[in-house]
Amino acid sequence: MDFIYNTWAWYVAGPLIAITMFLLIKMGKKFGMSSNLRTMCSIGGAGKFVDFFKFDWKKDVWNLYVVAGVIVGGFLALQFLTPTAPQIHPDVVLQLQDLSITSTNTSFLPTELFSLESLLTLKGFTIILIGGFLVGFGARYAGGCTSGHAISGLSNLQLPSLIAVIGFFIGGFVMIHLIFPLIF
Amino acid sequence: MKSFVSFFSIGLFLGILFIKSEVASWFRIYEMFQFKSFHMYGIIGSAIALGIIIIKYLKYSQAKDFDGKDITIKPKEKGFTRYIVGGIIFGLGWALAGACPGPMYVLIGTFLPSILVLILGALLGTFVYGLFKNKLPH
Repeated sequence: MDFIYNTWAWYVAGPLIAITMFLLIKMGKKFGMSSNLRTMCSIGGAGKFVDFFKFDWKKDVWNLYVVAGVIVGGFLALQFLTPTAPQIHPDVVLQLQDLSITSTNTSFLPTELFSLESLLTLKGFTIILIGGFLVGFGARYAGGCTSGHAISGLSNLQLPSLIAVIGFFIGGFVMIHLIFPLIF
Repeated sequence: MKSFVSFFSIGLFLGILFIKSEVASWFRIYEMFQFKSFHMYGIIGSAIALGIIIIKYLKYSQAKDFDGKDITIKPKEKGFTRYIVGGIIFGLGWALAGACPGPMYVLIGTFLPSILVLILGALLGTFVYGLFKNKLPH
């Protein structure tokens, strides 16, 4: 059972992601985790205001079934299969201490950012909301996220996906090295 | 119903995978952007490596899907601006929130209200993109 409880190694997790992509293609679909956000906007009635959301979302309901599974799977794994927090590189633990984040190696997410106490502060709430906003906006602008571009697109040797993934990493480096020191 | 069960099962598996491989952990994303661990690069890299082989095989063998229909993998539209600008915006959010869209849903299981705010933000971002789509360079 140790195999289930310990962190899954990269050489297990990576191939399993590729196999998931394979299964979705064999089921006549594709692997991408952000287009469901558009589907949800459409179901919520966004098509009344914006043409981008006026599409036959019933054809895309399958991706909401996947989301439902992801939510339940995450719940099961977090509650029953994950006794230890991610163990992060010691250098990174120190770097995070400089940013006043000390829940490293004891928690799955930094409590300094995600706890209810933090959410109830203006700064904490803003960070979370803007983080989500940039992910949603950027994913649709770029036409895909980590799964749609980095995994599906690069597996299909798509140049646009390579450009998008380079963008992901430019954005990530800028955030962590230039913006984090300003906000934390 | 059959389609619900099969797609739900795929999601269930992915949800467990996102947690057990820790790709849904903010700390792992931070560590990745600090270049301090091979873990995330190994996951993405090995997924792509096997993915390339799978796609090549599917194309070469002209495989059918489970329903017996031809498999067509749509190429991404050509372009530059939308991919680089959209990509950078996405990357900023990925690093700040420490989660991309799949992991966001997974984290609902933490029962932290902040995750719902995060998803609300992502929906809002998607909506605002739709609102300004025609005004943005693509």
